[in-house]
Amino acid sequence: MIRGEQLSKVFGEVQAVRPLDIHIPPRAVTAIMGGSGSGKTTLLRLLAGLERPTTGHVWFAGEDLTAISERRLFALREQMGMVFQYSALLNSLNVYDNVAFPLHEHTDLPERVIRRMVAMKLEQVGLRGFEHLMPSELSGGMAKRVAFARAMAMDPAVVFFDEPTSGLDPISAGVITELIRDTADTVQMTAVVVTHDVAAGLAIADHVILMWQGEVIARGTPAEIRASDDARVRQFIEGRPDGPIPFSRSTTPYAQSLLEEA
Amino acid sequence: MQSYQRIEIVVGLFVLIGLACAGWMAARLGQVGGLGASGYELKAVFDDIGGVRVGSDVMMAGVVIGRVDDVRLDEDSKAIALLRIDDGVRISEDAFASVRTKGIIGDRYIRITQGVEDSYLADGDEIEETESALNIEDLVSKYIFSGKE
Amino acid sequence: MTGSGLVRILGALGRFCIQGVHAMGDGAVLTMRALGHTLRRPWQGRHVVLQLHALGVGSLAIIVVTGAFTGMVLALQGYYTLAKFGSESLLGAGVALSIIRELGPVLGAFMVIGRAGSAITAEIGIMRVTEQLDALRMMAVNPLARILLPRILATMIALPLLVAVFDVVGIAAGYLVGVDLLGVNAGAYVAEMTAKISNHDLNGGWVKALVFGFLIGAICTFMGYRAEPTTEGVARATTRAVVVASVSVLVMDYILTSFFL
Repeated sequence: MIRGEQLSKVFGEVQAVRPLDIHIPPRAVTAIMGGSGSGKTTLLRLLAGLERPTTGHVWFAGEDLTAISERRLFALREQMGMVFQYSALLNSLNVYDNVAFPLHEHTDLPERVIRRMVAMKLEQVGLRGFEHLMPSELSGGMAKRVAFARAMAMDPAVVFFDEPTSGLDPISAGVITELIRDTADTVQMTAVVVTHDVAAGLAIADHVILMWQGEVIARGTPAEIRASDDARVRQFIEGRPDGPIPFSRSTTPYAQSLLEEA
Repeated sequence: MQSYQRIEIVVGLFVLIGLACAGWMAARLGQVGGLGASGYELKAVFDDIGGVRVGSDVMMAGVVIGRVDDVRLDEDSKAIALLRIDDGVRISEDAFASVRTKGIIGDRYIRITQGVEDSYLADGDEIEETESALNIEDLVSKYIFSGKE
Repeated sequence: MTGSGLVRILGALGRFCIQGVHAMGDGAVLTMRALGHTLRRPWQGRHVVLQLHALGVGSLAIIVVTGAFTGMVLALQGYYTLAKFGSESLLGAGVALSIIRELGPVLGAFMVIGRAGSAITAEIGIMRVTEQLDALRMMAVNPLARILLPRILATMIALPLLVAVFDVVGIAAGYLVGVDLLGVNAGAYVAEMTAKISNHDLNGGWVKALVFGFLIGAICTFMGYRAEPTTEGVARATTRAVVVASVSVLVMDYILTSFFL
């Protein structure tokens, strides 16, 4: 479905993503996991065409997102949905208008059809009856669910999730993970989930890509990842503070810098 | 959608108020031609018009009765002023036009002194009797020289 | 040591200038790209109307108040000055000319910057921080066409209208103070005013208002769009938008007055 070829991204002097090849299989949930600063969110934005890669290409349904016109990119986006880390609901619109926004923008459907479709999407996330609330009146978990309904409004082929469970209480996080898994199964969508939540990631994914410092250090099914004997993978899924991924991020020896100061 | 219609009405009202203000200024202050080109035109020739320019007032008995439409130089190097006089103001044929100053350093204007005849000037006529601008330097030098003699 | 200090100051100055030029170029390109969507589908008329409501109607009250007080204080000050020359009758012309040529467009622009421009920058900056701009792009809606363009057009349309209101209110307030309070002859006040103001003066005011409206829209949307995506970044961008827009209006005012009017 989506393929990244020698993708890399440099911000100033920081190499956020080192050149890597990546393949997102269709009709499956792919989890990109890694610690903060591992480059996973940048990778997601590259795949969604929100960020232009420093090198490499992104192939989406046979087209190179890095080479096509803005107009064509916008046309392809009608097949994409995205749930952002902080939901990114348009705060001047209420819940109904947020979910209906893609429909209002890209279809000429009569309002009563749109109303029914919005009701369906909101029912799916368990928020029917909350249409009139403004985003500022929603809790984090509810906003995430509305964002999910909005991303699904156009029944996209691919949905990107940026940290869907971060900042949510365990119940809300569970609700969102369930939603992603159920929806992927029922409507056969392709989902790309970026998360640092090991349990959630392994629970919902068909494929897992593990990143560290802009590089892919492991890929495979959740079972393969769990059974991996790579020390870095073991450290990440077991959540140990020190190991091959060092606790200290300093690049110079401590003793040396103390001596230099003196 | 109801609320959007209300917004449209409010915005329409806003635009209307703005345009009304702009229109009022254009009509009242900007001397937009065509509509307001009323009155009739008189000509007056002066030896020295003393800086009267387009837009200067024309006054009779201290009342503004029109304004200067055009000032130019004729072949004899005299100044021709075209005066637009308000309708309803009648100026007799032997009226007298002079260039005056408001205050000591104020604006120049053209003062018309009514004559005694019963026939009145019409559009395009000329005011025959004129008096040029008083030149302070001339006055001063005249006074000085007359004192010496 | 002093040498290196000088070098550092020079370097900072150079960096500041280069950044300034870079930002101007960036802003110009961004504005032109946004304006390029004016006649392109999807048509943004509805959003221009919404912004006219938020920015134009929203600024009306403050424009009326500032217009009134500007006219009143001009009449007071002008009377004081003109009375020394015995030319009180020129008060109407003085008040109206100052307002129409200069104070209406400039003070009107300042009020719109404070009331609407800062709001534009803060709103767009917040949309950047909360990824709403990215969300729009993911929903195949171009933020340049949808967010920036209507705001630029709305300030361009609204400012001349607001300036017209400012002018009329200012002139009326000047009349009240001059004639009713200070006792200038009503006929002279109006007659001098109508005699001294030409279409040229009025047109100059409109040109200024239109150009200032464009500047405010372009600068404030640019600052918000390029705000650093943090809360402090938005706060800083808002302050900078107000400062840059105000200074630009004054500089442009001088240029327009000296070259064209």
